Amino acid sequence: MRTLKFLLRKEFKQIFRNKALLPLIFVVPIVQLLILPLAADYEVKNINISIVDHDHSTYSQQLISKITASGYFQLADYGTSFNQAFQQIEKDKSDLILEIPKGFEKKLVRENSEKLFVAVNAINGVKAGLGGAYLNQIITEYNADIRLQWSQPDKFNTTSVINVTSTNWFNKFLNYRFFMVPGILVVLVTMVASYMSALNIVKEKEVGTIEQINVTPIKKYQFILGKLIPFWVIGMFIFSIGLFVVGRFVYGIVPVGSLFLLYGYLAIYLIALLGMSLLISTFAETQQQAMSIAFFFIMIFMLMGGLFTPIDSMPTWAYYIAKSIPVTYFIEVVRMIILKGSSFSDIKFHFVVMIGFAVLLNGLAIWNYKKTS
Amino acid sequence: MKQFLSFVRKEFYHVFRDKKTLLMLFGLPIALIVLFGFAVTNEIKNAKIVICDYAKDEATQQIINKLEASNQFKITKTIMSHTEIENAFKKENIKLAIIFPTNFNKDLLHLNKAQVQIIADASDPNTANTLTNYATAIIMDYQQELMKNNTIPLRIFSEIRMLYNPELKGATNFVPGIMALVLLLVCVLMTAVSIVREKETGTMEILLVSPISPFLVIISKAIPYFFLSLINLSVILILSVTLLEMPINGSLWLLIAESTLLIICALSLGLLISNNTQSQQSAMLISMMGMLVPTMLFTGFMFPIENMPVPLQIITNIVPSKWYYIIVKSIMIKGLGFSAIWKETLILFGTTCFLMFVSLKTFKNRLV
Repeated sequence: MRTLKFLLRKEFKQIFRNKALLPLIFVVPIVQLLILPLAADYEVKNINISIVDHDHSTYSQQLISKITASGYFQLADYGTSFNQAFQQIEKDKSDLILEIPKGFEKKLVRENSEKLFVAVNAINGVKAGLGGAYLNQIITEYNADIRLQWSQPDKFNTTSVINVTSTNWFNKFLNYRFFMVPGILVVLVTMVASYMSALNIVKEKEVGTIEQINVTPIKKYQFILGKLIPFWVIGMFIFSIGLFVVGRFVYGIVPVGSLFLLYGYLAIYLIALLGMSLLISTFAETQQQAMSIAFFFIMIFMLMGGLFTPIDSMPTWAYYIAKSIPVTYFIEVVRMIILKGSSFSDIKFHFVVMIGFAVLLNGLAIWNYKKTS
Repeated sequence: MKQFLSFVRKEFYHVFRDKKTLLMLFGLPIALIVLFGFAVTNEIKNAKIVICDYAKDEATQQIINKLEASNQFKITKTIMSHTEIENAFKKENIKLAIIFPTNFNKDLLHLNKAQVQIIADASDPNTANTLTNYATAIIMDYQQELMKNNTIPLRIFSEIRMLYNPELKGATNFVPGIMALVLLLVCVLMTAVSIVREKETGTMEILLVSPISPFLVIISKAIPYFFLSLINLSVILILSVTLLEMPINGSLWLLIAESTLLIICALSLGLLISNNTQSQQSAMLISMMGMLVPTMLFTGFMFPIENMPVPLQIITNIVPSKWYYIIVKSIMIKGLGFSAIWKETLILFGTTCFLMFVSLKTFKNRLV
């Protein structure tokens, strides 16, 4: 116990004396947490539309003003040449083209039906799909308006109408920040804790000081605990600042569920995570190696852990990969507890999985760690 | 020149003898491209929903069948009471609950009016919004079918054509982004670390007192990573074309030239970081903690830049990968020529010159 205390004191001194590293550990994550959620906004709005109007009739004018008044679309370009509009798409100045054919109004009235042409820049598939759907919706509404002008209203009362009402739970005002802030916080804590601890041990290897420790009576478990506890504490600390200072005061996020539960999960998660960095550090001989391995995993954590994109939509094999990384569970749990107020019995399974990760990763790491080189 | 070449040779030895790092250097981009090309998509599919059907009649059954047939939804179970809905949301990953009141079909047939209630888990607002829209569309579709018999006058059809990406694949958007991310980060990281490492282990002193000029010492450090990045680039391109079926509609040479420009830009940035740090740890933390998440967001492939607050939109302009991303999209997918992207190229070129200038200015040929 006494040995461990000395080791811990050494580690903390080393960390706090490194003035170049301190701001990177404490300031950078907080600044990122302040800025990044503002940048992560996926709501599709401000779609730029180019309209090619060959008709110039009252109807085409009405349709255009209905589109621009909808709030989804901004008129980027209005003209009579499709090629010109297409150039706007090539330059990314507009996202979709609506082409109104010549004789649109006449044909609609005489032949009872007419076509409109829509071309969407579909490089970003989701934006294209939504943009096309919005436009279609507006056209349908406009269509209904025209029909009302031309026919007796009572004729339409015979059709059945299904009324769909929708309610949003847990986040009434659809504030996207509520969703992003906890997720980004998790990733930042993950990054700091895992890099720092992986690099820390490898540094002792690379500089050669690990040899000095190896020849002392310090036991294997004491050394490992001495390395892990400081980063566990730092991880807890950063998470708390992020949650209480930034989350609460800047974004107004007040956890609905139990804080005790949240911290319990965080504690286990950090143990699992630090086990992983320990494992990395037993494989790597140089900091460069440790870093490239850590980088690889962090990238996967970030993009596959369900932070930005839903994991349910992934192909099956990728879904299972996502399900076998610890971050996925923690992001899910954080969102469940903070936003939905899930209780212990709701996330029992998540607890079991995370304890499994912690045991497995730490076990492998300790097994692989050798006191001789 | 001969001296310089032997320095370059030394650096190559350094790189090639470190098998683990080398493996990561090549493995990383390949794994990332493959994983994300297939796995990362912001489409919403297979969302789990529950149905609370009080009516259990013909109409609700038909709607449920329709929902089940769409690949956006996966009905996990039908439950019978309101109270169970909240539990389902809290416990499982349920995104949506659809509730049909009793006498749904009767109301629809006799009163010409029926109600459906949708409850969405809005802790993820995007998904909630999109899924509500999908579900509403499916129900409306059913309603349309009901009135199919009546002929509708004055119909406007809209014919929608999806340009560049008719199947609305996620990869078309993500692959150029991942390319930018991987090339930039790997380059910055590796150059920064390899130089600082010599500082940290003390061998920098030896290099600096050699007869070759300190400037060339640094250049020789960057050269192996330059070539490795070019190899990485070709591997990435081959994979995206063969495996992910990405088109290269424009000129391949132009694409390679632009990528080379980005690589040089990243090398200069790595140089700059290494000049201003003393330990590998801080060099790594700057290039990973400091750069990973911002690059990912400000490149614009995750979230649309035009949605960001104006100050952040201005910040995105200094992120080189943003310009590279636009360039790659234009060349690979839109098939445009240099005349369409000269502005972006110029900006990227300017950034590169600036970074190189600053890093050469701040380079010290003495350690203390």
